[in-house]
Formats: sequence, structure tokens, C-alpha cells
Amino acid sequence: MKKQEFQTDLPVMLPVTAKTGEGFNFRLKPWHGLVIVGFCIFSSRLGYAQSDTVQTSSLETLVRWMPLLLQGFIFNLVISVCAMAIGTVVGAALGLGQISLNGWVRKLAWGLTQFFRNSPWLVLLFFAMFLLPFELRLGIFAIPLPDWLKAIIGLSLPVMANVSEIVRGAVTSLPSGQWEAAESLAYTRRQTLWLVILPQCVKRMLPPWMNLYSILTMATVLASIVGVSEVMTLTGQALAAEGGRPELLAPFYSFVLLLFFIYCYPIARWTVYLEKKFAVIN
Amino acid sequence: MEAFYEWFRVLYDDTGINLPFLYDSYDRNRMFYGFLMTVKLSVVCLFFSVIIGIIGAWLQASPFKWTRRLINGYIQLFRNTPPLVQLYFFYFAIGSLLPKVATDYGGQAPLLGNFAWAVISLSFFAGSFNVEIFRSGIEAVPKSTVEAAEALGFSRLQIYRDITLPLAFRVILPALNNNLVNLVKTTTLAYAIAVPEMLYEANQIWSDNVNVTEMMIFMLITYFLLVGVLVWGMDRWERAMKIPGYGT
Amino acid sequence: MSWNDSQPMVSIKNVHKSFGALEVLKGVSLDVMKGEVICIIGPSGSGKSTLIRCINALNDIQEGSILVEGQEVNDSKLDKLELRKKVGMVFQQYNLFPHKTALENVMMAPIRVLKQDKDEVEKTARALIRKVRLEGKEDSYPGELSGGQQQRVAIARSLAMKPDVILFDEVTAALDPETVNEVLLTIKDLADEGMTCILVTHEMGFAREVADHIYFTDRGVIVEHGPPTNFFDNAKDPRTKEFLSQIL
Repeated sequence: MKKQEFQTDLPVMLPVTAKTGEGFNFRLKPWHGLVIVGFCIFSSRLGYAQSDTVQTSSLETLVRWMPLLLQGFIFNLVISVCAMAIGTVVGAALGLGQISLNGWVRKLAWGLTQFFRNSPWLVLLFFAMFLLPFELRLGIFAIPLPDWLKAIIGLSLPVMANVSEIVRGAVTSLPSGQWEAAESLAYTRRQTLWLVILPQCVKRMLPPWMNLYSILTMATVLASIVGVSEVMTLTGQALAAEGGRPELLAPFYSFVLLLFFIYCYPIARWTVYLEKKFAVIN
Repeated sequence: MEAFYEWFRVLYDDTGINLPFLYDSYDRNRMFYGFLMTVKLSVVCLFFSVIIGIIGAWLQASPFKWTRRLINGYIQLFRNTPPLVQLYFFYFAIGSLLPKVATDYGGQAPLLGNFAWAVISLSFFAGSFNVEIFRSGIEAVPKSTVEAAEALGFSRLQIYRDITLPLAFRVILPALNNNLVNLVKTTTLAYAIAVPEMLYEANQIWSDNVNVTEMMIFMLITYFLLVGVLVWGMDRWERAMKIPGYGT
Repeated sequence: MSWNDSQPMVSIKNVHKSFGALEVLKGVSLDVMKGEVICIIGPSGSGKSTLIRCINALNDIQEGSILVEGQEVNDSKLDKLELRKKVGMVFQQYNLFPHKTALENVMMAPIRVLKQDKDEVEKTARALIRKVRLEGKEDSYPGELSGGQQQRVAIARSLAMKPDVILFDEVTAALDPETVNEVLLTIKDLADEGMTCILVTHEMGFAREVADHIYFTDRGVIVEHGPPTNFFDNAKDPRTKEFLSQIL
């Protein structure tokens, strides 16, 4: 039995964890949420107990800032969706380039994929931030490139490279018999690819693609380092506005952790579920 | 060597391509120590994350339900939240709760510096992946092979040392290497709490010299080469460790 | 101790074994004298494999007694390592250590378990590999050998411990038909040399040729037993007759 393996550089542990242990039967239950909320309250209490000069309690302060932080988080999600869309489209094209019959196209696509896969996300983000112009001139039109748009572009670069690798991995993991069977039925290469190969690959690509999206979502906070006003930046500003009270740090950061956990954990569970389901079919 | 360095000064004068980390000894040192810091951070985090992975995998096999739940909770929490926020949480939130210690100069310094916090945070992050890796590796060793060793009179410890671990290690090597490569890339996050690693030093240099383009391209190439060499080396290692006819 | 050659080497009395609610052995008794070759046959699921796995304590039993050279196996204070030095075992799935070469597989247990001198062990191991007709395959890994070759390495590995009795658990069941004979030939050599063997097998022709005594088990009990000629030609029990008519 040959296990399918995707050549991504992501923390995709799917090939190894295909043997299930107890961890896989772990289901999100209501009380898990309670534990996390409890942790937030506890950590804010902790800070509360530590502060000598009590203005407002940490929890109250957090609740007051919550709407703004949530707005920031939604901005993170917008960035993640846009970067994922761009990265998927360009990456899919690059991935198909990697299996092209033309040697030069294949080498170029491979080189680009490797280059952007091996670079840290943060470096790529800096790269986009500092090297893209503040506006694009197309003849008489000037398209402004605000920071958040640059961030989307910067984050879509590693996404693109990883999608490319997911596509290539899925196509090459299909048994060669599929190509031969289609060829013997006089399909052209293009027909084989679009009618036979790719439809089968979608299932194989979905779990790693979702895993990638989850990683991308978590990477959107990197944009705070380059000054995009997403949730982490706003958290910093909120903390500064409250006068940098140290007891506020834990509850605020826990809240941000919680937001991401609530969003990413179900995706991770779903990914594992799909992976298991498709493994059974295959 | 000096002539080589000087050539880049000439290059700057002639073309405006400014690579001060080559011709300027001060910047050269900064860049070099940044590189060393990246390597040091990676190695130290690798060490601790492997330890976390081994202990976690061992605890995950614990007969106590709550121990297993705790480990699962740790894994899920660290895998599904941004490592940057984890780093901030450790460095700012927990760091501010720790007592301060007196320095030699009579001042006050935090108990743990930014390097220590980066190590702690990144080790826990990478460790959360390692737990699953180690567990699956040990599970992948066939029970019948262990039984054969039992029938030959091997003791439990001998079986663990001579059979289970060597086999498990080979099974998990690709995943472990994958995680290591990710770890090296994740060390750039330490930039955010001013650990003077490569990206941070590059930032210092481009702030001083206003040569963002050159530095940025240099960073991309450097990381590409660093990670590329690592991947290549690991690949060779995996191939050397491969047992004929075992696995896949 | 008090045991001598005139007593059975393995003496099984009224053994009961259950996996949960499922009772697999329901009072089995048999004796094996030194130098004897006995074959246990019967339909699958009749408890044959379980029975011989109990002899070297890979499975424990709920009731009854198993004496190996006068030593009780059904004893919580049993020194399993001592027992397993006396009782060798060969498995259906060979269960070689995939990360060791054929020679290393044979050498490992004497060095690790018996703490014998490495050079001596190597000499013996090479002789054993020759004995099972695998000269030239010393440095091959199990994954590079055919099923029959692997099984012969497994036999050599077991012999290297110089056991007093060897258990063969359906050792040809997983083999390609054309390699079955080479393994049977090896076992026959051993039987001719006077090694005490207990075989679970489906090879009736072979059982008839080498066995001194045949036991037929069905649903956890021994239905009928006797010397091969008697057993195969004059089976009395209807269950035995039915089984033999299906298989011959």
C-alpha cells in the first residue's frame, strides 16, 4: 500500500498521523469553549489581583475594547481570504506548470515554487511591503497600493508556492494507470488532465489546501509587524491607550489567541475528518 | 579577501548597488552574528522541541484520562493559534508577571531575556507538532516485530533501544525534518521581540544605509540557500537511513 | 533441577485460555518428549497458534499448567527471559528486524541477550546461515529477500539462541507456493538432527513425513491424536474425518 504524500513544507502531519490514536476522536464539545473562556477570565482575574491601583477591572477593559478587536480580526479574515484566492489561482497555474511537458516551463515553475517555499513568510511579507511601489501606473491610471493590499500580495506568495506543490503532489500521486487508460481511449493530454486527472485530484488536494488556509490565517498577524491595522496592531494600540497596564497583557493576548483558536480549530478538525474520509475511499 | 570586499565598495560607487555587509566590517559582523543567532535559535529550539515531543508522546500513552486530555489540549492550542501571538503572550504577558532580578550594574533586568522567551515560545510551538510525530512513529512499529524480539528473550529496555526506537526514528525522520525546516523559517518571528537574528540585523543595516532593496533580495537569497541546503542535507540523510524494502 | 530427559520436555495439562468472553482453549493437554516432532493441525480459529504462543508466555493462560523442562510457565514470578532462552519461536510473518541485515538479525540476540562474545557469535551465525542454505545473503536486508529466504533467516535467528525446543507457528502460510519447500526442507533437517519441534501447520504431506505425533484441534480442544500413519489412515472422530477429507 502506498500512502499518498504531498510535498508541501507545511506542518501537514497527515501522512504520519494517518494511524489514528485517541487524539483523532477528540471532538469539540461545548465545555471546551467554557474551558477557554474560563481561562480568559482566570487570566484577567490574575492580572486584576496583581494590580495595586485598580481603575477598572481587566475584564471590563477587555469587554470595552472587544468590538474594535473583533473588527480587527475580521480584517485578518478578509486578508486571509483574499490572499488565499490569489495564491490558489496563481499557485494552481504554477502547479500545472510543474507538470508541463515543456521542459523550460517545468523548470521555471519548479524554481519559482522552491524559491517561495523555502523563504520565511515574514521575509516575503517584508519583501512585498518594501519593494512594491505605493501605486501602480498603468498608462494614465494610477492604482494605489495601500499597505493592506501589499500585505495580501506578500502573504499570497508563500500560499502560491505551497498550492503549486499541493497540485503537483496530487497529480503525481495518482497511479500512472489513469494516464495510460485515458491515453488508450484516445484522449488528448489536455482532456486527460481536465476530465480524468484533476477531478480525482480535488479530493486529495482539499485537506492540505484547508490546512494551508488555516496556516495562512494564523500568518495574517505578521502584518502587524509591518503596520497593517489588523487585530494584533489594534491590540497593541488598545494596550497603549490603557496606559500599558501590565495586568491587561494576559487577558488581551489570550483573547486574540482565543479568536484564532475558535476559527482555526474547527478547520483543523474538518481537515482531519476529510482526510480520513478520502483515505477510506482511496 | 580585502580585495574581494573592496570590489563591492567599487560596485556601490559605480552602480549604486549597496551591499555594506560585504565591504563594511561593522555591518559584516552584524550580519554574521545575525546568521549565528538564527542558527543558534534553531538548534536550541530543535533540542527542546524534540524533548517536548518525546515527553508529550510518552504522556499521551498515559493511562490517566486527564493527562492525555491535557496533552491533547496543549497540542491543539499551539497548533491552532498564531505563533506570533504565542510569542507575544509568553514575552509580554507571562514575562511581565515574572519577578525582576538585580543586574551587576545595580539595575533591574527581567528574569528571562528575549532570547530565552523566543526559545520557550518556539520550542512549545514546534514541540506540539513533534508530540504527534513521535507518537505515530512508535505506533508505526509493528507489534509482531516487538513480539519476535520478546520471543528471543530481549528485555523491555532492550526492545525499546534496539528495535522500537531505531525503527520509529526512521519512520518519523521525514516529518521531523519537515518540522525542522519550518522551525528555521519560524525563527524569523523572534524579530518581533528584537532578538538579533538575521532578519533583525538586516533591518538594522537597511535602516542605517537605506538600501532596503538590496538587503531584501539578499535576505530572500540567504534564506532560500539556508533552507535549500538544509532540505538537501536532510534528503540525503533520509535516503542514507532508508531500510531496503521497509515502509511505503 | 529435578527435570531429566525421561520426562516430557514440554508438558501441557488442562490449559484454558480466554480473550475476554471468548474461550479459545478449553482444557488442552499434551506432552512432548525430547527430540520429538509434533504437529498440531486443525481448522483456522481452533486455537492452535494460541496454544503454542502460550508455551513461551507470549500469551498468558487462565487455568492449567504448562511445564517446560519442569519449569512452570503459568506463574507470575516466571523469569520470561530464562524461558525464552530455552524455547525458540518462528512466526508466520517472519518478523525479522527490518533495519538489520540477515547476519545481524541472527547475531543480535546472542550478543544482546546471552552476552556472548561478538566474534564467536559471528562464526556461529555464518555457520547457521550456511545451514539454512543462504550463503551470500548475509549482508542483505530482510526487505531484499524473498519470503522463503526471510523465513529461513528467522529459523537461523531462532537457532542461534541454541534453544531446546522450537515452536513453528504456521511458518509456511504466508509464503509463495514455490518457496514453501525450501523452508520445509530446512525444518526437516532440524527434525532429523533431533531438535525438539512443535509445529502448527497446514502442510499435511509434510506433517505425515516428519511428525512423530499429530494432534488435531477443533474449537479449543484436542479431538484426536496419534502417530501419523494411524492418524491419517484410520481417523475415528467424524470431525477429523471431515477436516481431512476437505484438505487431502
